[in-house]
Amino acid sequence: MTEDTTRPAKILFEGVRKDFPVRDAALARRRGRRGLRRPLAGTGRPPVPRAHPAAGFTALDGVDLAIPAGEFTVVVGPSGCGKSTLLDLLAGLTRPTGGRILLDGRPVTGPGLDRGIVFQQYALLPWRTAQGNVEFGLEAIGVPRRERADRARAYLDLVGLTGFEDRHPHELSGGMRQRVAIARSLAYDPDVLLMDEPFAALDAQTRESLQDELLRIWRRTGKTILFITHGIEEAVYLGQRVAVMTSRPGRIKRVVPIGLGEQRATADDLRSSPEFARYRHEIWSLLHDEVSRAQQEEKEGVAV
Amino acid sequence: MSPVSATSPLSTGKAPGKATGKPTRKATGKPPGTAVGPEPAERDVPAPGPVRQPDPVPDPGPVSVQKDPEAAEGPEAATGRLAPGAAARFAGAAVSLLYRGFTRSVAVTALLAVWEAAPRLGLVDATFLPPFSEVALAWWELALDGQLADNTAASLTRSLSGFGLAVLAAVPLGLLIGWYRPLAELLNPLLEVFRNTAALALLPVFVLLLGIGETSKISIVFYACAWPILLNTISAVRTVDPTLLRLARSMDLSAPRLFQKVILPASVPTVFTGIRLAGAVSILVLVAAEMIGAKAGLGYLINASQYNFAIPQMYAGIVTISVIGVVFNGLLVALERRLTSWRLPPTH
Repeated sequence: MTEDTTRPAKILFEGVRKDFPVRDAALARRRGRRGLRRPLAGTGRPPVPRAHPAAGFTALDGVDLAIPAGEFTVVVGPSGCGKSTLLDLLAGLTRPTGGRILLDGRPVTGPGLDRGIVFQQYALLPWRTAQGNVEFGLEAIGVPRRERADRARAYLDLVGLTGFEDRHPHELSGGMRQRVAIARSLAYDPDVLLMDEPFAALDAQTRESLQDELLRIWRRTGKTILFITHGIEEAVYLGQRVAVMTSRPGRIKRVVPIGLGEQRATADDLRSSPEFARYRHEIWSLLHDEVSRAQQEEKEGVAV
Repeated sequence: MSPVSATSPLSTGKAPGKATGKPTRKATGKPPGTAVGPEPAERDVPAPGPVRQPDPVPDPGPVSVQKDPEAAEGPEAATGRLAPGAAARFAGAAVSLLYRGFTRSVAVTALLAVWEAAPRLGLVDATFLPPFSEVALAWWELALDGQLADNTAASLTRSLSGFGLAVLAAVPLGLLIGWYRPLAELLNPLLEVFRNTAALALLPVFVLLLGIGETSKISIVFYACAWPILLNTISAVRTVDPTLLRLARSMDLSAPRLFQKVILPASVPTVFTGIRLAGAVSILVLVAAEMIGAKAGLGYLINASQYNFAIPQMYAGIVTISVIGVVFNGLLVALERRLTSWRLPPTH
């Protein structure tokens, strides 16, 4: 929608549509219960929302979004609006039904190590130490052993986990686990970092400290970040631009540029500044209509 | 095992016959109490100096354990001595070890006391349930004249061969079936049929086809052990955390890599549950098989003793089998703990 013409788009969604057909969805759900195939091939999420168990549906329809290189973009939307589907599409874990997704001008055809994903559930290998988990991605791209260890240590240091290299995930707090996951995604040096509600499972204090940490890492590494959240404050605090999505089918309703640039550096408590409140309210208003519409639809869906 | 069994001299005084099972639990049971909690800081500010988890296994250093071949079998197991200098260092630990040893052995001791008292007080017929001391004496005599060793060796050879072959065959097969869903769907009805057929019901078939020699006994143990391992391995592969698979997929991992780096390690705990079940099954089935047609083995010893009305000897055989079962399970648990030390102390 609000195309940034001054910089070339690193990521470009063009009229992206994603349907989950009825039969496949039902089949996928059955497969998911029995075997491996669905979580492997799919998104790890139930493809059909509970309100419409029998109907196929359109998760995304006509999504247009251009993200310039090095930008921190946050996508915020009501639950079930397809924001995670958006991320899965960019990650190459699912294919769009219509439209196209370009990364550096080339269509996304499958998963790849040029995009790093940080999951809400951390997805750490419990049998590996923090160090081993960070090295996991490096093994995938064939970094020699010695270099792997050095790089893993460097990235653990970047996320503030020096001294915790030998801990297993169960010996780390939720925040520390997510730091390990972030270090893992950064270690193989992807251009783009995709974050799927990474801080949703954390308590408020940990979340705030990790948000600051993430901004610091982003400034230091200059990665392009696409961050999915349902938290309005989180969106305003982190994003250079916040893309607000409509409820079913998901579409980009508006992209709000957040002009808190100079204040970020100076303001002591950014979240209580009037500008922050203004942005927060603006996005809240945009979302509010969508949330009530989604609830209305859900009610109707149940009534029918 | 060896650093762990070093603690056994402290506990064996209180807990005879449980030398192998106990100390391992003791060693691994320690971390929840003493270890650093998983959430040292909710505020999530990593301290510069890491808090090291204390080594759960006590330093074996000066303690020496005599490796006595007889010790593994008999209830009067593991004899060891403590170097004099080490005593002070272990003083604190010794008290808690003794306490643990006491709590763990009190029920068994009570059972033995009842066993001893009931026949002597005339509560049960001493002919059919001789006091424990008589059974122990009979056991000792069997041990001295070599009968016990011969029969135990015969039983262990059969049960370990069957069990080992089952592990070697069922784990790879289970991984394969769990991984290739079409294969699983094809074989599933068959698996259900065999799983629900008691292995011992097939014993006559095995005897018919393979005779009453070693082959049929090892085969029936193999057969009975294969099912728990196979089914657990299949379910292990299928229940790997989907998030991990999603991660692997997002990294574009090749199928062999995915298998090696994610599926296999993630499956270890569930596979081991099957292996432990199979361990118990191997002894259970073997004893039954030996009661039907055998010239040696603990099942034969028990059965023959009953025929000859050597009742204390019969109980001696039964006690030996339960001790072997406990020891075998203890070994498998210790191995499992070692391989899955990355798990949370209480499972999830």
